Amino acid sequence: MVQTTLEEQIVYSRPESFTDTQTHYCPGCTHGTAHRLVAEVIDEMGIREKMVGVASVGCSVFAYNYFNFDFVQAPHGRAPAMATGVKRVLPDRFVMTYQGDGDLASIGMGEIVAAAARGENITVIFINNANYGMTGGQMAPTTLPGQQTSSSPNGRDVEVDGFPIRTAELLSTLDGASYVVRRSLHDPKNIRMAKKAIRLAFETQKHGLGFSLVELLSVCPTNWGMTPLQAQEWVADVMVPYYPINDFKVHPALANIKA
Amino acid sequence: MAKELLKGNVAIAEAAIRAGMNAYFGYPITPQTELLEWLAKRMPELGRAFVQAESELGAVNMVYGAACTGARVLSSSSSPGVSLMLEGLSYIAGTEVPVVLVDIMRGGPGLGNIAPAQADYNQIVHGGGHGDYHPIVLAPANIQEAIDLTYGAFDLAEKYRALVIILADGSLGQLMEPATLPEMQPVIMRQPEWATYGAAGREKRILSSINLDPPKQEAFNLHLEKRWQEVKKAEIRFMEYYLEDARYAVVSFGTSGRISLSAIRAARAKGIPVGLFRPISLAPFPEQALYELSQRVEGMLVVEMNAGQMLEDVIKITRGKIPVEFYGRMGGMVPMPEEIEAEIERLVDLPLSLNGHPRDRWLDRFSLAN
Repeated sequence: MVQTTLEEQIVYSRPESFTDTQTHYCPGCTHGTAHRLVAEVIDEMGIREKMVGVASVGCSVFAYNYFNFDFVQAPHGRAPAMATGVKRVLPDRFVMTYQGDGDLASIGMGEIVAAAARGENITVIFINNANYGMTGGQMAPTTLPGQQTSSSPNGRDVEVDGFPIRTAELLSTLDGASYVVRRSLHDPKNIRMAKKAIRLAFETQKHGLGFSLVELLSVCPTNWGMTPLQAQEWVADVMVPYYPINDFKVHPALANIKA
Repeated sequence: MAKELLKGNVAIAEAAIRAGMNAYFGYPITPQTELLEWLAKRMPELGRAFVQAESELGAVNMVYGAACTGARVLSSSSSPGVSLMLEGLSYIAGTEVPVVLVDIMRGGPGLGNIAPAQADYNQIVHGGGHGDYHPIVLAPANIQEAIDLTYGAFDLAEKYRALVIILADGSLGQLMEPATLPEMQPVIMRQPEWATYGAAGREKRILSSINLDPPKQEAFNLHLEKRWQEVKKAEIRFMEYYLEDARYAVVSFGTSGRISLSAIRAARAKGIPVGLFRPISLAPFPEQALYELSQRVEGMLVVEMNAGQMLEDVIKITRGKIPVEFYGRMGGMVPMPEEIEAEIERLVDLPLSLNGHPRDRWLDRFSLAN
């Protein structure tokens, strides 16, 4: 009789920075993916106990329930200002805001531009899903021309509603911004790229280089009226051409930092 | 310590520094700007945090974030800027983080002007932001009092996890007078048991004002109300002048209270038995003391630099049992002592009535006089 010993090797487990909680996110939503990537990066960098997160208003309003570190909850759009307050009194902690497109690029555009211009040493995770998810799929500043939403039922008419905002490109023009990139969460390759970008964003903060932001193209199957698979395809076919996946600003000092 | 000649805005700023303030966030607005300017110089040289925010909206939320860490934190503004802050103040109250705010009031509504006014009384004392909450509101009438109230405001904010608002006006912000600054307290980073500063060696904490479950929200509202009852028991402040033998009382706060005192001294010199009741804590309001006073005097005159905002509280507290008259100046106009003295004489000479509303009578004669 031949005896075999099976050595158990853990290849996948819950990051310590994640709580063991069922999320309120819809099936197929990529908020969970984004959360997971952030939690993994924080674990890998060993900074969980030095983290203060700032939740925003929108679908990610309850992000603080899913991350296992200190969190505060900002009024709608004001997360970068709140994060500034935290960071300025605790400069050795890591401060992150997690904001959607309505929160960051509409009601909170003033706060995010000012924080980036100041070179505020915080990291912003920015979820772009081309609509207001929490309130039921209204037109957002990121809603594409012609895209139907509950408040643009005939499709976004740029003559009336104006044009979408390419947030990462806009913020990258500011001297205070040190790391501004766009990634997508619609397939495994892009998810891996997104994780590297999130790591570099936190490295930017760790090295005191200033403002960092990762825009993440995300799906919203529920409000888009699509299956999760269709939604992922829509990101690839429709969103990515309008919102190119690119590095818009990378501080030269980051070239020597391995993510 | 020796007296120094100090400008109100600077004195308040320096008092906050000496109280161990860790951080200041503000935005320029006349007539409070010297407060921000003083701190722009002083805070960095002391190694403390100072940010000129992009707006009052930014400033109040920076204050909110910093307060969540347990830091001693201040902001200041003037009326229109405070209007913009109200969203944040409601969140701060809903999260129970200690914050001190200075409002150097100016003429309004709208952009109004930059002259002294007291027309934010309702906005500040009776709320302003959404939801049920109670800030502690303290109204100084001179620079020494402004220093002393600011110096103690952080302890008060931390004791009750409350918002403390120093409610002054443009003249107090701008005038200079001799005053004594308090001792410098050591600046420390406090780590209260509720604060979020990184969960090293403990469970994570969340600071939020959201409560989607109405029964839980109601329980929280009840908690805030019970805490306010404690504040009402312990933190009433007011000053009484010449009231021992007074048959008439002027009720007035802040700068108008100070001017009223000049008028009262002149009236006393003429033999009129009048005194001054000056509330310092506008919230909690000295209700019991004012009610007891109303039992002793024959009539009251409320003087404000607005259209009679505290007047409504005085009428409510005196329960319509004694005659109350009102005199106000608005829009950045400051009453002269002679105007108030004439109102005191009118109170004494004319037959007093419990009918009608004092504001209506004031408007009738005010339009005649001007």
